[in-house]
Amino acid sequence: MTARTTGTRPDAGHAGPSGSGPGDGPVPAGPPRRAKVRKAATVLLFLAPSAVPLVLFTLVPMAGSLWVSLHEWNLIGAMRWTGLGNYAGILRDGDTWRALGNTTLYIAGYLPLVYVGGLGLAMALNRVTRGRDLFRAVYFLPVITSWVVVALIWKWLLNPSEGIVNKLLAVIGVEGPGWWTSDAWALPSVIIAAAWKDLGFVMVILLAGLQAVPAEALEAARVDGANAWQRFRHITLPLLSPSTAFVLVISCISGFQVFDQVYVMTSGGPAAAASEVMVERVYDLTFRYGRVGDASALSWVLFLVILLVTVVQVRLQRRWVNYG
Amino acid sequence: MGNRLVYAALVLAGLVMLAPFGWTVLASLSPGGVVEWPPGGSLGAYGELLRAMPFWRILVNSVVVAALSTGLQVGTSALAAYGFARLEFPGKEAIFVVYLATLMIPMQVLVVPLFIEMRSLDLVDTYAGLLAPTIASGFGVYFLRQAVRQVPRELDEAAVIDGAGHLRVFASVVLPLVRPALATFAIFSFMASWNAFLWPLVILRSPEFMTLPLGLANLHGQFTTEWDVVMAGSVVSVLPILAVYVLAQRHVIAGVARTGLK
Repeated sequence: MTARTTGTRPDAGHAGPSGSGPGDGPVPAGPPRRAKVRKAATVLLFLAPSAVPLVLFTLVPMAGSLWVSLHEWNLIGAMRWTGLGNYAGILRDGDTWRALGNTTLYIAGYLPLVYVGGLGLAMALNRVTRGRDLFRAVYFLPVITSWVVVALIWKWLLNPSEGIVNKLLAVIGVEGPGWWTSDAWALPSVIIAAAWKDLGFVMVILLAGLQAVPAEALEAARVDGANAWQRFRHITLPLLSPSTAFVLVISCISGFQVFDQVYVMTSGGPAAAASEVMVERVYDLTFRYGRVGDASALSWVLFLVILLVTVVQVRLQRRWVNYG
Repeated sequence: MGNRLVYAALVLAGLVMLAPFGWTVLASLSPGGVVEWPPGGSLGAYGELLRAMPFWRILVNSVVVAALSTGLQVGTSALAAYGFARLEFPGKEAIFVVYLATLMIPMQVLVVPLFIEMRSLDLVDTYAGLLAPTIASGFGVYFLRQAVRQVPRELDEAAVIDGAGHLRVFASVVLPLVRPALATFAIFSFMASWNAFLWPLVILRSPEFMTLPLGLANLHGQFTTEWDVVMAGSVVSVLPILAVYVLAQRHVIAGVARTGLK
């Protein structure tokens, strides 16, 4: 990673300003070798503080993870080579597919909620001027709250017997579901909490996009007789497409990485299996079952899934995103 | 659609966002977390919270760890950003691509091998182990490099002619000019560290090293039925970041909006 300090030339004994050789550029006074060493030292000074930790704590573990994924290992005993056996094993494992299915369902439920909700809020905010900053600050409040706190708050709100949501439902004569304790409602519970937390984030992104839509374009369309829906459909949405694309990509990536809120809300509970997501599976494989090789292989599968989904999205976005 | 209707919708949405926080406060003041009418005003849960976990220690941990990791990330990223934007050296493009690649590797993939690495370095359950993966940030380098590149080169060339070295140019010409980008990135990394859960969960064991999210999750594990204590913990762990948010709210939101626009 270091800049090379080669280029040895017989320059010993040189003194004075005559140091620059052919092709060396305007080197300031002093022997060229010392200048090169100095230059290399400068590069090191600027890059090493980030390069060394990135190598040690990102690249080395990445390589280590690939290596471990090719072995059977329980963290304690000796490693046993299995080649691609772990990958074949986890792809045959029903639990993997269930976790992938749950993760996909989570994204499928979460994404429309935050996008439609965030867009609605952004459009409403874009119409008003008084109090806009205050509303925006309030909507953003859950975004700065940690996932653990959000999950705990909603776990109590959605408590089947004592939670306020079911009590309010009872007032209007509806018997509330078992939420995070029931197989059918565990994922929806997590989705509700996540949408509540991220709505403000999506709103801020989309509002910034909306504010970049030129008022003249909308006005011209209005003069031409386009109604509100037509203006939204044919002017606002296309001009908003870069922001939409950003939200979709970011949400899918973070959706596949979902962990904290699921772990806090349902792990160890009655609906743990029905809501287990991919990262939770990696965690459980490692720290509960000691199947480190399988866990490493699964984390690479997850990474490839994220990569694939992102690449496909970016490809597709070339067709529908309008990067004026 | 009248403005009145728009405001009604905005207020309703505001209530949806605020009510859960308000309910959390009420629950923390009510025995067992069950809010009765009129709402109780018992501070018992807060006393229980202080007895159940070394709360002040955990709070200090969170503040110190978040501040350290933010300082380290901003420092190392700003240096590298300058290096990539202003220095010429062989292999620069290739090295930058490697930096970008690290940006794509999520913590979730690194967690298992990082844990193994920390175990072999004997850093499990230490501050060093907690901090190590957050010293540098590929995202930070990428983000700040964009900002440094927007600084007109004439400015630092003028300083170079005055005889200043790169370190001087970096510190006294470039850094002051990219302050908004530094602030945005600092806020992001502070929030990321403050809210981090997965890595602390994996690397920490002892309560005295824990940060707030982990301490809270543990508290919930201990007090599965005493929701007033859990809600009290949630309230006090939100307050510090809320204070930061109230002070820096504009920068936080402007920063998010900017990264979305790119």
